[in-house]
Amino acid sequence: MSAQRSTAGPAIWVRGLRKSFEKSVVLDGIDLDVDAGTVFALLGPNGAGKTTAIHILTTLLAPDAGEVLVGGVDVVRHPDAVRRLIGLTGQVSAVDQQFTGTENLLLMADLHHLGRAEGRARVHGLLERFDLVAAADRPVQTWSGGMRRRLDLAMTLVGDPRIIFLDEPTTGLDPRSRRVMHDIVRELVGEGVTVFLTTQYLDEADRPASRIALLDAGRIVALGTPAELKRLVPGGSVRLEFGSAADLEQAARVVDGNGPVRDEASLALEIRGEGGVHALRTLLDRLDAASVKVEAVTVRAADLDDVFLSLTGRSGSQEAPKP
Amino acid sequence: MTAHALADTVTMLRRSLRRMRRYPSLTLFIAGIPVVLMLLFVYVFGGTLGAGLGSSGGALGGGAANAGLDRDAYLAYVVPGILLIGVAGAGHGTAISVAMDMTAGIIARFRTMAIARGSVLAGHILGSVVQTLLATVIVVIVALAIGFRPTTGPLDWLAATGLIVLAAVAVSTLCVALGLAANSVETASNSPMFLTLLPFLGSGFVPASTMPGPLRWFAENQPFTPLNEALRGLLIGTPIGGTGLLAVAWCVGVAALGLIWALRLYERLPVRVGG
Repeated sequence: MSAQRSTAGPAIWVRGLRKSFEKSVVLDGIDLDVDAGTVFALLGPNGAGKTTAIHILTTLLAPDAGEVLVGGVDVVRHPDAVRRLIGLTGQVSAVDQQFTGTENLLLMADLHHLGRAEGRARVHGLLERFDLVAAADRPVQTWSGGMRRRLDLAMTLVGDPRIIFLDEPTTGLDPRSRRVMHDIVRELVGEGVTVFLTTQYLDEADRPASRIALLDAGRIVALGTPAELKRLVPGGSVRLEFGSAADLEQAARVVDGNGPVRDEASLALEIRGEGGVHALRTLLDRLDAASVKVEAVTVRAADLDDVFLSLTGRSGSQEAPKP
Repeated sequence: MTAHALADTVTMLRRSLRRMRRYPSLTLFIAGIPVVLMLLFVYVFGGTLGAGLGSSGGALGGGAANAGLDRDAYLAYVVPGILLIGVAGAGHGTAISVAMDMTAGIIARFRTMAIARGSVLAGHILGSVVQTLLATVIVVIVALAIGFRPTTGPLDWLAATGLIVLAAVAVSTLCVALGLAANSVETASNSPMFLTLLPFLGSGFVPASTMPGPLRWFAENQPFTPLNEALRGLLIGTPIGGTGLLAVAWCVGVAALGLIWALRLYERLPVRVGG
C-alpha cells in the first residue's frame, strides 16, 4: 500500500484518450494531468463526455485509444491495482436501497476486509461526519435524496481511497447536503486526497476546484485555475436599466459595437466584457454625451459562464451539439 | 486477491441472506407454487391419475374407497416431481432478483472495488440455493402433512437431499445467467418460464411412456426425467438404474455452462448512466 501511496507522479495522467460509442465520438483525444492532493473539476454541458471520462478512469469502461494512469497505474492493464486506490460516487445512486445506512457502510467495511472493531469504528465515524446518525438504522429507501447522496459518498470513503471520483456530486441536492458535500471535499483535499469531479454548474467548479478543464463535445477547450480561465474573457458584464424605450433605443445605438443584449421587457441592456472600472467610466461617459438617462447600473464580475460562452459560443447550461 | 475470494463470497452471500430475511415474501411465494400444484394434482386430479398408474382397481367403477387408495398412490408418485417444480420455480425469483440488482447502482460500485472476481455472482447463486432449500423444506412439510410417507431409509433421504441441492445449484447458476442476460426485469421474469414447464414434460406427473411419439422422446431425454426418476427411487424405492449418474451429470453440466455464461455476462455488463 505504502508504495502505491507515495507515487511521485501526478495522481491522474491521461494522454490521447479516445472513446466512441457506435458512430458517435464521445471523447476525442483528451490529455489530463491532476496533481496529487488537489481538486480537479471537469466542466461541461450534458453530453460533453464527462461521465464517460469518469467511467474510463474508474475501470468501468475500456478506452478505445490513449494512455490512462491513475495513481501511476495503467487502468487497462492493472484494473484491480487501480481499484485499490480509488473510490467512485457516480450519478446513479450506488447504495443498497433495501438495507439501512449502517448495513450499507458495514458491507463496504467487509469488502475492504477491515476487522470487525475497525470496521464498526470507521462506520460510526462516517455516519457522524456525514450527519446521518439519526437515520442510520432505517432502510435507505425511506431516506431523502440528499441523505442517500451523502451515504453514497460515505460508502466511497470507507476504504480510505487516495483518489476520489465524484460524478456531478451535488446535482439535485438540497442546500444542506450541498454544503456537507463541499465541506467534505475541502476536508479530503486537506488530508491529501485527490478529488476529480464533474459538474455542469459553473459556480460549483468555481468554488472548491484548484484546476478546471472545460470539456465540450469530447474535447478539452480550456484548462487552468478559475482565475486563469476568467482572464481569458475580457471581464464581467454591465447591466444598464432605463426609464423609457426611447432611452433604451438610444443607448443600444451608442454601444452597438459591444454587441449588447437587449431586454425589452425590463428596458435593460446587458453588455459583456465591460466590467472593468475604466471601461465602465468610458461607457457611462459616452451615454452621458448622447444624453441617455441611465436609471440603474449593475456590474457583474466575470464568471465561468462567460468563459464557457466565449469559448464554445453556448451557455454552460445548454446541451452540446450532437456530433 | 484470491486470498479474499472466500471472504468476499461470504460477504456477498450474507447480503443475499439478509435481503431474504428482510423480505420473506419471495421465499413464501416460491414455496407456495409447488404447494398449490401439489394440492391441485393430488386432490383434484389424483384419484383419476392414480388409477391410471395401474396400482389399484381403476378409476371407472372403482368407487370412493378405491379413489382414496389411488390418491395416496398418486401422492407418492408425484412428490418428487413437485419438489423439482419447486426447484425450477425458484429460478424465477433468482433471475428477477439478479436483474433487479444489476440495475442498481451498487453493482457499479462493486465493479470499481478490488473485490474477488465472481464473488457478486457466487453470493447470488449460493443465496438462491439456500432460498430454494428453504422453500423445499416447506413443500416437504406440507407433503408429509397430507400423508406422503417416504418408504426408504435415512441414507437414501440424505442422497435425495444432495440431489436436490445439486439441482438447485444448476438451476440457480443458470438463472443468475438468465437474469444477467435480461435487459429488463420483465424479461428476467419471463425467460426462466421454460424451466417451470420442463418438469411437466417429463416423468414427474404421468409416466413418459403414456405420451405420444416425439413428446415421449423429449420427455425421456430431458434433464428433469433422470432427476425425477432418481429422486423417486431415493424416496419411495422405485428402481434407479443409471438415472442417478445421468442426473448428476446433467446438474454439473448445466451449472458449469451457466457459471461460464454468467461470468462472461458480468464482465461485459454495460455501465448505467444516470438520467
